[in-house]
Amino acid sequence: MTNHWTDIKNADVVLIMGGNAAEAHPCGFKWVTEAKHHNKAKLVVVDPRFTRSAAMSDYYAPIRVGTDIAFLGGIINYLLANDKIQHEYVKAYTNASFVVNASYKCEDGIFCGYDEAKRKYDNKDWAYELDKDGFAVVDETMQHERCVMQIIKRHYSRYTPEMVETICGTPKAAFLKVCEMIATTSRPDRVMTIMYALGWTQHSQGSQMIRTGAMVQLLLGNIGLAGGGMNALRGHSNIQGLTDLGLLSNLLPGYMTLPGQSEQKIEDYLAKRALKPLRPNQMSYWQNYPKFFVSFQKAWWGKAATAENQWAYDYLPKLDKGYDVLQAFEMMHQGKINGYLCQGFNPVASFPNKAKIVGALSKLKFLVIIDPLATETSEFWQNFGPYNDVKPEEIQTEVLRLPSTCFAEEDGSLTNSGRWLQWHWKGAEPPGEAKADPEIMAEIFTRVRALYQKDQGAFPDPIVNLTWPYRNPKFPSPEELAMEFSGKALADVTDPKDPTKVLAKAGEQVAGFAQLRDDGSTSCGCWIYSGSWTQAGNQMARRDNADPFGIGQTLNWAWAWPANRRILYNRASADPAGKPWNAKRKLVAWTGEKWAGSDIPDMRPDAKPEEGVGPFIMTAEGVAKLFVPSGMVDGPLPEHYEPFESPLATNPLNPKNAKAFANPAARVFKGDMEQFGKPDKFPYAATTYRLTEHFHYWTKHVHDNAVAQPQQFVEIGEELAAAKGIRNGDKVRVTSNRGKIETVAVVTKRIRTITCDGKKVFQVGIPIHWGFKGVAQRGYIANTLTPFVGDANTQTPEFKAFTVNIEKA
Amino acid sequence: MDMNRRQFFKVCSAGIGGSSIAALGFSVKPALAEARNFKLARTTETRNTCPYCSVGCGIIMYSLGDKSKNVKAEIIHIEGDPDHPVNRGTLCPKGAGLMGFIHSENRLKHPEYRAPGSKEWKRISWDEAFGKIAKLMKDDRDKNFVAKTDDGLTVNRWLTTGFLAASASSNESGYITHKVVRSMGMLVFDNQARV
Ligand code: SF4
Repeated sequence: MTNHWTDIKNADVVLIMGGNAAEAHPCGFKWVTEAKHHNKAKLVVVDPRFTRSAAMSDYYAPIRVGTDIAFLGGIINYLLANDKIQHEYVKAYTNASFVVNASYKCEDGIFCGYDEAKRKYDNKDWAYELDKDGFAVVDETMQHERCVMQIIKRHYSRYTPEMVETICGTPKAAFLKVCEMIATTSRPDRVMTIMYALGWTQHSQGSQMIRTGAMVQLLLGNIGLAGGGMNALRGHSNIQGLTDLGLLSNLLPGYMTLPGQSEQKIEDYLAKRALKPLRPNQMSYWQNYPKFFVSFQKAWWGKAATAENQWAYDYLPKLDKGYDVLQAFEMMHQGKINGYLCQGFNPVASFPNKAKIVGALSKLKFLVIIDPLATETSEFWQNFGPYNDVKPEEIQTEVLRLPSTCFAEEDGSLTNSGRWLQWHWKGAEPPGEAKADPEIMAEIFTRVRALYQKDQGAFPDPIVNLTWPYRNPKFPSPEELAMEFSGKALADVTDPKDPTKVLAKAGEQVAGFAQLRDDGSTSCGCWIYSGSWTQAGNQMARRDNADPFGIGQTLNWAWAWPANRRILYNRASADPAGKPWNAKRKLVAWTGEKWAGSDIPDMRPDAKPEEGVGPFIMTAEGVAKLFVPSGMVDGPLPEHYEPFESPLATNPLNPKNAKAFANPAARVFKGDMEQFGKPDKFPYAATTYRLTEHFHYWTKHVHDNAVAQPQQFVEIGEELAAAKGIRNGDKVRVTSNRGKIETVAVVTKRIRTITCDGKKVFQVGIPIHWGFKGVAQRGYIANTLTPFVGDANTQTPEFKAFTVNIEKA
Repeated sequence: MDMNRRQFFKVCSAGIGGSSIAALGFSVKPALAEARNFKLARTTETRNTCPYCSVGCGIIMYSLGDKSKNVKAEIIHIEGDPDHPVNRGTLCPKGAGLMGFIHSENRLKHPEYRAPGSKEWKRISWDEAFGKIAKLMKDDRDKNFVAKTDDGLTVNRWLTTGFLAASASSNESGYITHKVVRSMGMLVFDNQARV
């Protein structure tokens, strides 16, 4: 989230799309009702199903699964065509005025630089035009035909209300009603928040869906304001934290990235990441990358990381490509992976195409499961009849299952989607012999290290030199680990403006990332978490819920990254002169000397407004990017593509170009393309979703939740049910080109029939919560049906749009 | 009987228990106070957060035992933390069932081993489990570690063993997990955020 849960109460309009907060995040959704009651806010919900969020809405519009870019692109077109944008904001805080290279173009849904054989773009022609000083050329009037404003006007002029209706199945009148409600927030003193979740991320063009939403918010001037923002509700309790800490194939902590193998020297690596400003006076905060990186290497390799050995740069593995989970299971399926460790994760249930996942695990030499619960993955080798029809005697994988503790049995912090790091305390001992994750990891590590110390082996250096300063090397305490990621001074850290002034003495915790240095004098395991544990102690454990300004910024409750800032880009909540757009929702303002207000300013504290320092300090431009010259692999602007499995045979936006049917830059493995279903055999659009009584595949192990929703079902609309002779409660078989599930049908009015491209489209809803382990009734793994393809940028699987057939069983 | 806010929440937020006692026709205030306070009076309160969704609701766990050494604490009741600025004492149907997660019959209690081709688990000791895992990992790493590519680039990566990290484990668990996994040169490494 750019903002946070409580802040939703400040909104005038709330758009929930690609999520269903009322059921999936109920206690957070409460802040929507607060906004409605106390702020007369209007709630707009766009969803394939009439969800409980929709039931609470002021206006609901149906949409076909996987077509959100068309809908949002249509909104962009509406805002531009009807002059409903926040002009001053767009001009000063976005790259609308930036001029793009003459060679840039987009034709029939394909951007320039496309290599069809590789399914990849070369983005060199998406760049800005630069002046002789290397700065981007801008046209303040935004009239230049190659400036971003004109480019997006042209690009989205194709997304007419009629086109939206054709693609999305949303009746034109309903679409226009949504546009009108949203457009009211183009006034500087009105604000809208967008709440989305996995309904946007789990698509082959998920990143671009989210980007389209962000573009709408930028045009309306709604980013950086209280009650505004792009708010990813996120799934699990610490999915934010694990992402922040970089537990992804290509990341390091704090959104630093692992080097590619072509970056053999640390200078090459740093130069690419320490971005120089693209406009005069901009902060381009990633210029500090070397400080964060060197401090990180010092945290992990301490004395072994020196200036002479490039801060142990060789200790980091170098990438040749991404190794995300789809890639991992593809490799496993090909027999190229021998060992796999799953910590608190259940891929048999959570990953697409269950048959492929189980087949892949069966080829492993060993599998280690670390979990509090008996998951499906841990027993993938066991026969559970139709739910998991395998032959154990043929599966040669060794499996080790280790019991771990749960939240109630440990101290530590979780980061919620509002970026709050909240400390929690242990209340009980774990059952049996269960051990905490840090203890398990420490045991594995210290034993491997001992083997390398004794017997040597392949490149032992990063293992034997890893800092391990913990009082009990077999069980690092949460406190020690939190202090390590927050960071400390290794030598005295002095003020660059006054070297006689010591900011942090050697051995002390640093106050925040501003004190980190690139000369090896500081260590910090995760720079964005720097300041979470200072000399004053554990900031994450703070419990003062006072809200002195009355707009929900409880600055002394827990600790938010970065720097305890509650709303990102909050400099944009004030106009270029530093005056809040809306005095009632003041976040920060220029006092004449400095930036101050109800939140920690997201700006250099002494940056005078006349210096023109842009509010988007992490970008080299200083402003937000409506058009992205680099960073997105599938185009500088979002374009509608069909899901890889669609009920339509062509993409109505570019019907003549087969290349632009589905995302042309999405990676598809050999064999998986052939497994995509075609509309003749699999005519119905399907999506998976969650129920309010269950949490993924955990709560089927919990008695009360199992009682509340004991049995698997699928949801279909009345018209499809009538056509297929299916009555409420009938047993049905749902098939995709990858497998089948058998369950009962719930026939509802919640899923309407829509018409797309002149064709009736029926949609099928598939709740995910069942499996073959648990105390609820057994059910089929919903992901038996889903396709093995991911978003072009993130490789997040396309769970939210695929096709099925359904018959009475 | 006067109750302060804390006591009030202790008494009331147990939903079903509270309303069913009221339904018996007792005078609500004193009856509730007797029934619930009596049960919770001997407990220790511990603050925690709901581990399910990313709202991060504050909870209070009530356990028997005062956490002193040699006393095994047992959680007997969980409710929303009324001081928490987001959930303000409420919990959704997921969070309201948290007790059942802690005490689920499917909690794992001992390390177990399944041999190739076998149909069953065999209980093993932690020592045996860790010993096996360390050896399996080192053998695979030594055999398959890529220090340099064919064209001489230093890459120091290990691709034949992978790791999937959790998404409900604490930051501290995640941090140490990353540190261990990456120090070995692993790239096949993701967490639930990927999906
Ligand atoms: S109680 Fe419900 S809303 Fe709150 S964190 Fe838990 S799952 Fe989310």
